[in-house]
Amino acid sequence: MAEEQKKLFKVTIDNITIEVEPGTSILNAARKIGGDIVPPAMCYYTRLKGSGGKCRTCLVEVAAGSTADPRPMPKLVASCRTNVMDGMVVKNITSDKVIDARNGIVEFLLINHPLDCPICDQAGECHLQDLSYEHGLEGTRYEFPRRIFEKHDLGPYIQLHMTRCILCFRCVYVADQLTEKREHGILDRGDHSEIATYIKKSLDHDFIGNVIDVCPVGALTDRTFRFKNRVWFTKPVDAHRECNNPKCCGKVTLWYRGEEVFRVTARKDQWGEVDDWICNECRFEKKLTSDWVIEGPTMVNRHSVIAQGHYVGVEKPQEVLYDVLDGRKPRLFMDIHKISEVNEPGRDLSKIEGPAHSTDFVEHKNK
Amino acid sequence: MQSLTNRAKQVERKPMTLWEKMYLLSITKGMSITFGHIFKKKPTINYPEKERPFSPVFRGLHVLNRDEEGRERCTACGLCALACPAEAITMEAAERLPGEENLYKEEKYAARYEINMLRCIFCGFCEDACPKDAIYLSETFAPSNYSREKFIYGKNELLIPDPKTDPEAYAKAKGNK
Repeated sequence: MAEEQKKLFKVTIDNITIEVEPGTSILNAARKIGGDIVPPAMCYYTRLKGSGGKCRTCLVEVAAGSTADPRPMPKLVASCRTNVMDGMVVKNITSDKVIDARNGIVEFLLINHPLDCPICDQAGECHLQDLSYEHGLEGTRYEFPRRIFEKHDLGPYIQLHMTRCILCFRCVYVADQLTEKREHGILDRGDHSEIATYIKKSLDHDFIGNVIDVCPVGALTDRTFRFKNRVWFTKPVDAHRECNNPKCCGKVTLWYRGEEVFRVTARKDQWGEVDDWICNECRFEKKLTSDWVIEGPTMVNRHSVIAQGHYVGVEKPQEVLYDVLDGRKPRLFMDIHKISEVNEPGRDLSKIEGPAHSTDFVEHKNK
Repeated sequence: MQSLTNRAKQVERKPMTLWEKMYLLSITKGMSITFGHIFKKKPTINYPEKERPFSPVFRGLHVLNRDEEGRERCTACGLCALACPAEAITMEAAERLPGEENLYKEEKYAARYEINMLRCIFCGFCEDACPKDAIYLSETFAPSNYSREKFIYGKNELLIPDPKTDPEAYAKAKGNK
């Protein structure tokens, strides 16, 4: 019996064979291989029990069910909810059927999505943006008015843009599994379904901020970071602190712009899933460098837009002016802060609660 | 020394004759060219009075555009700043308050928008990057100035006049774009 449990299942995904433990899903087996053959996942989240099976972006073709029964599965299956069998042959990017189906799914996901990426704070780290960049059509074939919802403020920290939601249910699972009492869920059905708190109730649980991290689109965003900056202009840095909350790991990524911490998020792995949950105090209230122990820059995939302007291994040319001028400083022709209205030293956007408004910008003295 | 090409000519160093020393022929030759140009068409124009037409692809001073109702199009998405190879563009975004819908087209807008004209190389990448048709390079030059400070262009300098209150200035600033 014990020997049977140790037996590994041999599964072939896109002609790459790997041995995995029984009970592994096709998606996780593909993630073990890594690279291009990993199906995209919008709703599956490793750390959330019961997630997956809703968005259908991870559909794959099973060309042979198992060694015992090598018949192909009649339909495409959701790889996040289908476990591997011994001798299973899976086709992902090598199957035209899968690519075709995925294009269709993306078109469906984008039917009601407003595509307001220039405004959305998630742009640059949005999974739907990546997905539609790869699979989306240039135009839309949808001719009807799009579903539009009112903006909600879910408490002082979280902004809900229901119009952008793709109903992946991840945030509902977070509320269900991390906080003791769930206060938000999905109301109504079909086209009308929306994430909502009953009577717009504020969610005040220590870990509810994690819904921001799990949201694959810009439906749930950080109000304290709202419109402050674009993610690709900020610099991610790994940091940790001693958190009093026993359930909080205290390991985060700080998103710097200059000396200011604009945003705190949990650390994410290469699949965009958090390593561990962090509490609201770490996420929303500790925005000073002195609150944290900096570990070093976060590794960012160099194909990500966040990696723009982050130069690795740069050797700065030696400053020779000081030597030439006998230690005198070179004359500064223009101090940019004297004339520039952007990034004024006296105004710290990161210290404004919520998004900045016209009232936060007073007219410049020199103009 | 071996010559690189076979077009080299040996310079003649004969002493000049008396007729050549008088330079009469050379002067007449030179003057005929000079006077000949008086009757040719002038390639120059009197600039401030007369202006040359710009090429339709000319890339001049930046303009921040408004829509037909006079609302600012820019949403401070940062793509122009991202595309800018000279890192000349900076901005700060703000959220539109209720009651400001007639000023800004989208819920987010650029509260501060600056182009450092000393850095700008007028490549037009910002115009290409803009998803909102908010910035374009017009058919005007960046005017010269005596101080560096005057080359930091803020929204005051960049924003196009309102088409509703000042349609003439708007049309003039918009040009043929």
